[in-house]
Amino acid sequence: MIIEAGHFALVLALMVALVQVVIPLWGATTGRRVLMDVAEPAALMQFVLVAISFAALLNAYITSDFSVLTVAENSHSTKPMMYKISGLWGNHEGSMLLWVLILTIYGAAVALFGAGLPPAFRARVLSVHAMIGVGFILFILLTSNPFLRISPAPPDGQGMNPVLQDPGLAFHPPFLYLGYVGFSMAFSFAVAALLEGRVDPAWARWVRPWTLLAWCALTAGICLGSFWAYYELGWGGWWAWDPVENASFMPWLSGTALLHSAIVVEKRDTLKSWTIFLALLTFALSLVGTFLVRSGVLTSVHAFASDPERGAFILLLLGLVIGGSLVLYAIRAPILTPTGQFAPVSREGALVLNNLLLATATVTVFLGTLYPLFLDAINGPKVSVGAPYYMATFVPLMVPLLVAMAAGPLLTWKRGDLPGIAARLRVPFGVSVAIMVGTSLMAGGKSALASIGIGLAAWVFLGTMQDLAGRVRLFQGPFSDTLRRLGALPRASWGMTIAHAGVAITLAGMTVSTGWSAEGIQVMKPGDQVVVAGDIWHFDSTAPVSGSNWKGMQAQFSVSDGGARPFTVLTPSRRTYSLQQMTLAKVAIHTNHLANWYVVVGDPQPQGGWIVRIYWHPLAPWIWYGFLIMAAGGAVSLSDRRLRIGAPVRRPVVASGKSHAAA
Amino acid sequence: MQLHDHVPPGRPFPPGARPFYLIPIACFIGLFIVFGLGLTKNPAILPSALIDKPAPSFDLPPLLADHPGLAQADLKGKPVLVNFFASWCAPCREEAPVLAGLAASGDVAIFGIDYKDNPAAGRKFLEALGNPYQRVAVDAAGRTAIDFGLYGVPETYIVDAKGSIRYRLPGALTPENLQSEILPRLAALQRQP
Repeated sequence: MIIEAGHFALVLALMVALVQVVIPLWGATTGRRVLMDVAEPAALMQFVLVAISFAALLNAYITSDFSVLTVAENSHSTKPMMYKISGLWGNHEGSMLLWVLILTIYGAAVALFGAGLPPAFRARVLSVHAMIGVGFILFILLTSNPFLRISPAPPDGQGMNPVLQDPGLAFHPPFLYLGYVGFSMAFSFAVAALLEGRVDPAWARWVRPWTLLAWCALTAGICLGSFWAYYELGWGGWWAWDPVENASFMPWLSGTALLHSAIVVEKRDTLKSWTIFLALLTFALSLVGTFLVRSGVLTSVHAFASDPERGAFILLLLGLVIGGSLVLYAIRAPILTPTGQFAPVSREGALVLNNLLLATATVTVFLGTLYPLFLDAINGPKVSVGAPYYMATFVPLMVPLLVAMAAGPLLTWKRGDLPGIAARLRVPFGVSVAIMVGTSLMAGGKSALASIGIGLAAWVFLGTMQDLAGRVRLFQGPFSDTLRRLGALPRASWGMTIAHAGVAITLAGMTVSTGWSAEGIQVMKPGDQVVVAGDIWHFDSTAPVSGSNWKGMQAQFSVSDGGARPFTVLTPSRRTYSLQQMTLAKVAIHTNHLANWYVVVGDPQPQGGWIVRIYWHPLAPWIWYGFLIMAAGGAVSLSDRRLRIGAPVRRPVVASGKSHAAA
Repeated sequence: MQLHDHVPPGRPFPPGARPFYLIPIACFIGLFIVFGLGLTKNPAILPSALIDKPAPSFDLPPLLADHPGLAQADLKGKPVLVNFFASWCAPCREEAPVLAGLAASGDVAIFGIDYKDNPAAGRKFLEALGNPYQRVAVDAAGRTAIDFGLYGVPETYIVDAKGSIRYRLPGALTPENLQSEILPRLAALQRQP
């Protein structure tokens, strides 16, 4: 009964969303406030209904109601509670419902906190946002209904893929979706602005918190996904350029570009149609990401939700959302005229460079991801594009981006002073070149790329710190003055400093862990020992272990650096999930936040013993710490005073000579 | 409350500006076509190395007391369907009525292989949903399934009169794919001498 109520609530949500599309837009067009004001209660109601629907499905998962088809197919009574809950979004139907739930949360948030927006604009934003809601709720109801019953109900469920039974993956999709779907807000703001035919600094300020929020969530989501791949898949890598990983990375790249270009709109009232385009593109890429994962057009290890029929529906949806918005863009964008002028060497110029490089990088990843599909469409061979392609195309694009990243924030708006910047960056430049040369000599010149990477990381970090030092006049006056300035620095400025430092930290982690890692892969029996990167790994023993839905063996390794006592004891295991007859190797990792000691026990060998893979990954933890610091930087920026609720007010813009004021 | 002023529609554009703004939609249309073409290819069709090759050799014990088991030799003589199923598989329950209907029509012999299942559960499954199979075998270890190149249950193979695998259908049988994929192929094979 509860399940049927959930189904019914979703149908009602569709009706409410339809109302939310039509009435407010009509009101905004005809200037009738009463009709515009339908948007907020409709958005809240849509959220409440979808939440009821979600809660009904969640209840079926928690109580293991196997008369519900998706529960029977994806859950099992012996699963731990956390995975019963995460099982909801571990499959196609449930994950789409989570997608829609998050969509309506954003809609409701604009309804609640959008009081500072002009009524007509807010009505248009919510109307456009509801259009997306209509599309996706229809998609769920017509092709992916999670509320279907099965009769007779099976005695127990089929369980889910044991690879997904992991805390990292339990929380990965919600964050990823908060990011993907969050860009729907930037999209709705952009389409509403195109409908009104006007983009100005106030618009950029309104859209900024939503973009930042989505970007932070996506950053955290990618971080979790990458960390999950690192410790769960057991091959010691953190990024595989898998199509599904790329699907989350592309909106991240273009979303990062959007964050930066929106600053130019806000401060300088220029780069408008480009910013609008980025807002449309970022959400389009989020949808394409959904499409790639859901339709199975690209086969990948993640493609557990492949279904061409659904793919056709999503393609139609993509056509309407992206095609429609791009047609609107082609018609309306030419009327968005910039007012600000700037020289090539200026803060704006640096941000344009940032945008060009990030956009090109997005295209590079896009082509690499879709190339197999293009070939397939012309009946070419089935191929997959791997790391060498990205090393040859994506990585070189990142080098100038990182070089410019340290200098950009030091430039002033309108016209920058290049010799002045060069003088201020003398020390960071000298130190990073010294680090580059030093590491390259230390490594005997064998990993040039790693030396360049670590040098760039130092450059970005020191350049960012130099910028901070300049802002607070460190050593240029009394220390009390510096402290006062430190306190008065806007949160947005702190956010940038923190996020850029995070990039440097991630970069250092990536390059050092790739360039200087050590590994040992060998057959080992209890009692054996092996030396990896100077540490002695002793295979102590094995013991049987079991969990609620698996049985297995656990190995014990003592790791020492030659001293009398081991500095850590690691217990990797092999688990066999009885239901799926699948065996997974569980990695064990010891970290001191500067390096990871990583061990995984592979297949048993006929002559006895197991294949044991041991890795030493210096600075690997920094990859994820850096990502989290980036997300934290975004969050700090989000708390900036000018973005707080009600703060942004559309001011009359005198320079443009037009009357922008809503009187 | 006055609405925002709209820029007058007749505003002049710099020459050549409009085509520039058409680039995104043009790219998207191209992409849309490629996606559409990509969708026409079914990713579920996994090329099977066994198509048009003799079925692997196997000899499996019976599941039911009153129905024989299944061996490679039983596949020769006339075209048959070999259906892999299991009591723990929900889509197998969904396809049961389709199999029952096909069995009742008497058009073709259907042989079942109970894949990686507890035999008692397998028997209960057939008791509850009806037995469409003339022969039902138990592949408890899943070894024969590996030899067939099974991707998952349910999965259905068409084996011709010479004992060669001619077609495989991964996933559940539905009235639609029975009509479009299975029956025409069976009819063609049955017409052959």
